[in-house]
Amino acid sequence: MIERISNSQLFQLIMANMKELIREPGVLFWGIVFPILMSLGLGVAFTKKKDVITHIAVVGQNHLMPQPTDTSSLLLSFLQTNKASLEKSSQGFISRRLTIPDDKLGNTTFIFQAMDWQKAMVLLKRGNLNIVLDEKHGIIQYHFDPMNPDAQLIYLKLSKMFNASGPVIREANTEINPLTVSGTRYIDFLVPGLIAMGVMMSCMWGVSYAIIERRAKKLLRRMVATPMKRSNFLLALITVRILMNFVEAGLLFLVAWLAFGTTIQGSVAALITLFIAGNLAFAGIAIFLASHTAKTEIGNGLINALSMPMMVLSGIFFSYHNFPEWSISTIQKFPLTMMADGMRSAFIEGAGFAELTMPIIILSAIGVLFFTAGMKVFKWY
Amino acid sequence: METGSVIEVINVHKSFKTVQAVRGIDLHIGAGQFVAILGPNGAGKTTLVEMIEGIQQPDKGEIFILGKTWKGNEAYLRRLIGLSLQETHFIEKLTVWETLRLFASFFGIGKERCEEVLHLVAMEEKRKAWVVNLSGGQRQRLALGISMLNNPRILLLDEPTTGLDPNARREIWAILNKLKDGGQTSMILTTHYMEEAEQLCDYIVIIDHGKILKQGTLNDLLGEILDLPVKPAEIRKITLDDLFTSLTGRHLND
Ligand SMILES: Nc1ncnc2c1ncn2[C@@H]1O[C@H](COP(=O)(O)OP(=O)(O)OP(=O)(O)O)[C@@H](O)[C@H]1O
Ligand SMILES: [Mg+2]
Repeated sequence: MIERISNSQLFQLIMANMKELIREPGVLFWGIVFPILMSLGLGVAFTKKKDVITHIAVVGQNHLMPQPTDTSSLLLSFLQTNKASLEKSSQGFISRRLTIPDDKLGNTTFIFQAMDWQKAMVLLKRGNLNIVLDEKHGIIQYHFDPMNPDAQLIYLKLSKMFNASGPVIREANTEINPLTVSGTRYIDFLVPGLIAMGVMMSCMWGVSYAIIERRAKKLLRRMVATPMKRSNFLLALITVRILMNFVEAGLLFLVAWLAFGTTIQGSVAALITLFIAGNLAFAGIAIFLASHTAKTEIGNGLINALSMPMMVLSGIFFSYHNFPEWSISTIQKFPLTMMADGMRSAFIEGAGFAELTMPIIILSAIGVLFFTAGMKVFKWY
Repeated sequence: METGSVIEVINVHKSFKTVQAVRGIDLHIGAGQFVAILGPNGAGKTTLVEMIEGIQQPDKGEIFILGKTWKGNEAYLRRLIGLSLQETHFIEKLTVWETLRLFASFFGIGKERCEEVLHLVAMEEKRKAWVVNLSGGQRQRLALGISMLNNPRILLLDEPTTGLDPNARREIWAILNKLKDGGQTSMILTTHYMEEAEQLCDYIVIIDHGKILKQGTLNDLLGEILDLPVKPAEIRKITLDDLFTSLTGRHLND
C-alpha cells in the first residue's frame, strides 16, 4: 500500500515540488520570514504610542536663565516651579526641558530653546520648529502659522499647561480615552491584508514562474514526453503551494497573536473557506499567466504587471478609500481586494459565511475561469 | 507501410517562419537497429527526431511508430519510447535518486528498476548528489538513465555526448553498446561526431539543410570513398569525416 502510494505520479510530483521548495532558502525567507518581519516592523511602528518631542523657540535668554537685573519673567518662574531641567549645548545655546508623562497618549517633552528672532525664523522655515514664544510686559506671546495644525496643537498644549494653576501635572478636567481596542489598530488592518498578499505572491512565483521556468529549461516537454498525466503536474504544483500558504498564513497569524494579541473575531470556518477560495483564484490566474511563454523574463514582467498594481491599489497597506471615488468600485473587483477585504471582515468585524459566501463564490469562479482558459491555450511542448 | 519496420518516416517536411528545417525526409528503421543521424549545426537533426518523438508535428508527410501514428496513440506509444532531449535541465535541488524515482513514477515503475538503472549508468556514488552539483558527463548519464527507465523498445537520443570529454563520451558509448548487445532496443541517435556513429551504429544517415545526403551501413558509406579522388594508399586513413567534407564541402564540426 505504502509502496503503491510512493510509486504514484502525484505523490512523487508533490514530493519533488516540496523538496525543491524547502531546499531553497530564499523561498523560505521571502515566503515566510519576510512577511512576518514586515508585519512586526509595521505593527510596532504604527501601534505603539509615540513620545513627542517638541522644540519651542524662546526669544531672549532671560526667560530661561535667572538674570540679576530682571526676575519677573512669567515663563522662567513657570519653568522653575515645574523643575524644568536646564541644559547648555556645546555651542552655548541654553535650553530647558520639560516632560509631561502620559501613559495613554505618550509622553510629551517640550524643549524651550533660547535664540534670537532671526535664528527662530530660519528654523521655522526649515520646519525644525513650529512655534516661537516671547514675553513682554508680563504677557506671553505665541507666534505661529494658524494654518499649521502641528503649531495649533502645540499652542493648545502649551496654553493648557500654562493656564493650569499650581503644579502643571495633574488630572485634567477632561479624560482622554485612546482607541486601542483590538480591531481598530493598524496591525489588525495589516495582518489579513498581508496574508492575502502572501497568497497572491506565492501563487505567482510558485506556480506561474515555476511553470515558465520548467518550460524554459525544457523540463516540461521532457516530462510530457512520458506517460505523466498533465493534470497531475499542475495539481502537484498547486497542492504544494496551498500547503505552503497555509503554513505561511498560520505562522504570520501566530506571530501577530503573540506580539500584538491579534484575534479572529468572525467565523474561522468561513475564513478558511475564503482563504482556500483565494488560493484557487490566484492559482488559476497563475496558470493562465504561465500558459504560453517560455521566457522567464516575460514571466517576470507578466507577474509584476499583474501583482504590483494590486499590491498598491487593493488596500493591503492603507485603505483604498483614499483613492478617488470613481476608482473604488473597480478596485473592489480585483481578486486581491476581494480576498483582503473578506479576510479583514472575518478577522476584525466578526463576519461569517453570511457575509463571505459571495466573495468565496466569486473567487472560486475566477479560479475556475482562468484555469480553464489557461488550459485551452497551454503550451506543453 | 512495410511490416517489420519500427520507425517509418515518409516524406516529412517542417518549416519555422523563414527556415525550412526538414525538407522531405524518408527513413525506415528496423527492430534492433542502431541508427546515427549525422549532421552539422542547424542540419535539422533535432527537428527530425522531435517529430519522431511526437513532440513536434510535421507540416507534411507521415510518421509511424510500430505501425501507429502519434495522433490517437500517444498514451500507448509513450510507454514504449525512451528519449533524451538535446538540452534538459532537471530539477536542480533534487538528488539523482529522487529524479529517477520521479520519472519512474510517470511509468508506474518502482524502486527496483531505479536501482538497476543507477547501476547501469554507474551513478551509485552520486545517488544522493543534487542534480545542480553534477558534472556535465554525470548529467548526461542521468538523462540517459532516465531514458532507459521503462526498458524502451525505441530509444531516441539527441546528442547524448555533445560537450563531453573523450572519457565521459566513452563511458556513455559503453552503456549504449551493452544495450545494443541486449538486442531488444532500436535506437536513433543524433551526433556531430563521426567516431560516435562508427562506434555505436550499424546504419548511418547523413543530413544537411533538412535533407538526407547519404545513408547506408558503415561499409556502404566507406565504399563511397572509392569514388573520391584519393590515392589507394591513403584510403585507410579516410573516415566518414572526409566523406562528409567531400559531400558538402564543409567539415562536420564547423
Ligand atoms: N522552434 C524553432 N523556431 C524557429 N526556428 C527553428 C526552431 N527550431 C529549429 N529551428 C531552425 O531549424 C533549423 C534546424 O534546427 P535543428 O535544431 O533541427 O538543427 P540541429 O541539426 O539539431 O542542430 P544542432 O546540431 O545545433 O542541434 C535551424 O536553422 C534552426 O534555427
Ligand atoms: Mg539539435
